Amino acid sequence: ICLQFSSLLLFCFGLCSSWWGGVQMGPPDPILGVTEAFKRDTNPKKMNLGVGAYRDDQGKPFVLSCVRKAEALIASKQLDKEYLPIGGLGEFTKACAQLALGNDSEVLKSSRNITVQTISGTGSLRIGANFLSRFHGGPRDVYLPKPSWGNHTPIFRDAGMQLKAYRYYDPSTCGFDFKGALEDISKIPEQSVILLHACAHNPTGVDPRPEQWKEIADIVKKRNLLVFFDMAYQGFASGDIDRDAWAVRYFIEQGHNIVLSQSFAKNMGLYGERVGGFTVVCKDAEEAKRVESQLKILIRPIYSNPPMNGARIASTILSTPDLRSLWLEEVHGMANRIIKMREQLAAGLKKNGSSHNWQHVIDQIGMFCFTGLKPEQVERIIKEYSVYMTKDGRISMAGVSSGNVGYLAEAIHAVTK
Amino acid sequence: MSVFSDVPQAPPVAVFKLTADFREDSHPQKVNLGVGAYRTDDCQPWVLPVVKKVERLIVEDESLNHEYLPILGLPEFRSASSKVALGDDSAAIKDNRVGGVQALGGTGALRIGAEFLRRWYNGVNNTATPVYVSAPTWENHNAVFADAGFKDIRPYHYWDAAKRGLDFTGFQDDLEKAPEHSIFVLHACAHNPTGTDPTQEEWKKIAEIMKRRNLFVFFDSAYQGFASGSLDKDAWAIRFFVSEGFELFVAQSFSKNFGLYNERVGNLTVVAQDSENLTRILSQMEKIVRTTWSNPPSQGARIVSKTLNCPELFAEWYAANVKTMADRVLLMRDQLKSKLQALGTPGTWDHITQQIGMFSFTGLNPKQVEFMIKEKHVYLMASGRINMCGLTSKNIDYVAQSIHDAVTTIQ
Repeated sequence: ICLQFSSLLLFCFGLCSSWWGGVQMGPPDPILGVTEAFKRDTNPKKMNLGVGAYRDDQGKPFVLSCVRKAEALIASKQLDKEYLPIGGLGEFTKACAQLALGNDSEVLKSSRNITVQTISGTGSLRIGANFLSRFHGGPRDVYLPKPSWGNHTPIFRDAGMQLKAYRYYDPSTCGFDFKGALEDISKIPEQSVILLHACAHNPTGVDPRPEQWKEIADIVKKRNLLVFFDMAYQGFASGDIDRDAWAVRYFIEQGHNIVLSQSFAKNMGLYGERVGGFTVVCKDAEEAKRVESQLKILIRPIYSNPPMNGARIASTILSTPDLRSLWLEEVHGMANRIIKMREQLAAGLKKNGSSHNWQHVIDQIGMFCFTGLKPEQVERIIKEYSVYMTKDGRISMAGVSSGNVGYLAEAIHAVTK
Repeated sequence: MSVFSDVPQAPPVAVFKLTADFREDSHPQKVNLGVGAYRTDDCQPWVLPVVKKVERLIVEDESLNHEYLPILGLPEFRSASSKVALGDDSAAIKDNRVGGVQALGGTGALRIGAEFLRRWYNGVNNTATPVYVSAPTWENHNAVFADAGFKDIRPYHYWDAAKRGLDFTGFQDDLEKAPEHSIFVLHACAHNPTGTDPTQEEWKKIAEIMKRRNLFVFFDSAYQGFASGSLDKDAWAIRFFVSEGFELFVAQSFSKNFGLYNERVGNLTVVAQDSENLTRILSQMEKIVRTTWSNPPSQGARIVSKTLNCPELFAEWYAANVKTMADRVLLMRDQLKSKLQALGTPGTWDHITQQIGMFSFTGLNPKQVEFMIKEKHVYLMASGRINMCGLTSKNIDYVAQSIHDAVTTIQ
C-alpha cells in the first residue's frame, strides 16, 4: 500500500508540478515588518518608530506647501506626457547637481559632471553600483560603514560587487569610532570603492565633524579610493542645505572625483514619486560625455526612462525663487522639529531618573537615533509598551511627537533601568 | 589618471537618435515616423481627456499624500491591471493564483520578470537557460534579458520578408527544436516592429507545442486596446494560454493605451499554479524590486487605478479615448494603402492594412530608408518600421509619394 501511495504521489507531481516548487519564501523586510506588526497592535498608546518617513507633530504625513504650490503650477501648464530622455528631465538634473555641488562649483562650470535622474536614492545607488560593476577597473569591493543602511548590501551585491566594512559606530559611546575608521580605511586596498554617508548617517545619526571629515578625505586620497557618497538627507540633517553638503563639496575641492547619489524623498517629502539623481564627477567634459552614454545603456534595459511627476515638482521648486525659499523654510522646520524631539526625549529620560548618559540622543543628527537599546530591550519595549522599532535599537525621530515623547521616555527608561 | 579613462563612448539608442535628428532638421515637410508614441491628426502629443480629468481630481484631493507605495505597488492598480489582461471573469483570478508587480512601464515589468526567472527558473541562478526573442523584436528585449544575467539569447523565426508576413513554419520549427524549459518572449498583440500577429489558430498551435515541450511563456503586452480597439480581442492570446493551464508572466504597459508614457506605468502579471506558489513568488519579487527601485512611482498608478476602478471613467477611457486612438490608426493604414495603390507603387501593400497596432513594417530596405530620411526628410527606423501615428491627413500624401519615389528609384 505504501508503494502504491508513493507512486501515486509521484504521478500527481509529474502531472501538476509547478515551475516554482523550488522558490523559497523570501524573508520579510525587517523594516516593513515593523510597520506590519504595528498595524496589528490595538494598544492606543502604540508608536511606530520604524520606517523613516517624516511625520508632523500630529503624527501625520506631511505634504510640503511648496510641493502643493508646485503641483498647482504644473497642472496649470497642461504639459504633455511624452517620454523623458533616458537621463531624465534636463531642468531637474541641472538643479539637482547645483543643489549638491553648490552654484559656484567649478565642476559645474567645466561641465565635468554627468547627472542623471534616477528612481530616488535606491535607483541612484543601483545605477551607480551597476556602473561601477561594469566599468570600474579596481577591486570589486565596496566598503560600507559599520553599520549602514540595510539595503546598501543587497543593492551592491545584486550589481555584482562584493561588500566589506570599515569601523564607524562605537557602541560604547554611541558615537563615531574615528580612530577605528581611520585605521580601517588606511588598510583598504587601493582603488577600492568606499561608501560614505554625506550627512545624517543611517541608521546611527552619527556624523563625523568637519575636522574629522578632513582627515578622512586625506587618508582616502592617500589610499587612492573611489568615493561613493550617499546623500539622502540634504537639508534634513542640520536644516541647512549647504551645511549638509559640506563634506561632498570638500572632497571635490580636494580633488576627489566622486560619484554621488541624491534622494528627494525626505527633504521634499516626495517619497512615493521616486525622485533622485546620480552624479559622476569626471576628469573633464569629454569623459563626462562617454560616461553619460554608458549610463544610458545601463538605464534603458531597467526602466527605459524615468517618471516625470516628481522630477517636475522638484525642478519647479528648485528653480522658482519663492518656492525655493519656501522649501528651505519647510526643510528647516522639519529638521527643527526633529531636533526639538531629541531634546525633549533626552530631558524626559533625565526626568524619569535614568542613570544612563543620553547625550547621544541630542548629538546624533537626522531622522534616526541609535538608542543603544539591546535586542532584548527592543523586544521588551515592543511587547510591553507597543513602541515599535527595528531590532538594532534604531528609532525614527520623525515618529516622535510632543504628544508621545513623554510616553517614549517612560518606556525607554523602563526597559533600560 | 582617471578611473574612467577607459570608458568607451556608447552608441546612442537608435530610436531616440532618430527623433533627435528629426528635431534638428529644418525642412518644412519633415515627418517623424520613428518613436512609438501616439499623435493626433495635428501631429501633436495627446493627453487623454480622461487622464486630464483624473489628474485634476488627484491634485485637488487634499487627503492624498506622497507617501511610499508598498514595494509591489498600489494594490488597487495591480489587481485592476491583471483584470484588464485576464478578463473580468478570469477563473485564475477567482482562484487567487494571479498576482501583480507594479513596475516602471513595460520595460520595468520585463526586467523584474527577467531577474526573477534568472534567479528562480529552471534551477537556481541558471544563467544558461535559453531566452528566445522574435526576429525581429523590440530592440530593448535583448538587453533586458542580457543585463538580467541570461547568457544565451536567441532569435526565433518570425518575420518573413519575402511574403511580408509571419514565418509560421520557421516559428514552429524553433519551438520544436528549442531546448526544454527555454523562455519565449511572445508579443501578445500588435507585434513590434512588424505589426504582424499570429491568427487564433496559429496561437493554438504555438500553445500546443509550448505545453508539450515545457517552454516558458513570457508575454509582452504593450498595446492592449490600442491594437484593435478591443481590450478582449487584444488579450485573446494571453487568455487562451491561461485557460490552457500555463504558468506565465505578462509584462503590461499603460504607456500607449493611457498615453502615460512619461509616468512609467506598468505591471508584471504573474499567473501561478496556485496561491501558495504565488505567495512565494511575490515574496521573491519584493526582494528584486527592493534593490532596483525600492517601490514604484505613485502618480501614474493612481491615474490608471482610478480610471479602471470607476465605471464611468473606465467607459470614458475605453469607449471614447482608446477608441479614438485605435480608429485614427486604422484610418491612416487604410488611406496609406489606398494612396500607394493609386500611385501604382510597385509591390503589394495589403500588409499595411493587415498589420495591426502602431507600427508597420513597410518592407523598405536600408538604402530606401536612407533615401527617405536624407532626400525626403521622412524619418523611419532602418528596419523599415514606421509609426502609423506619425501619419496625418496633412502629410499622408507626401509620405505616400516619398515611399513611391524610394521604391521606384532605389533598389
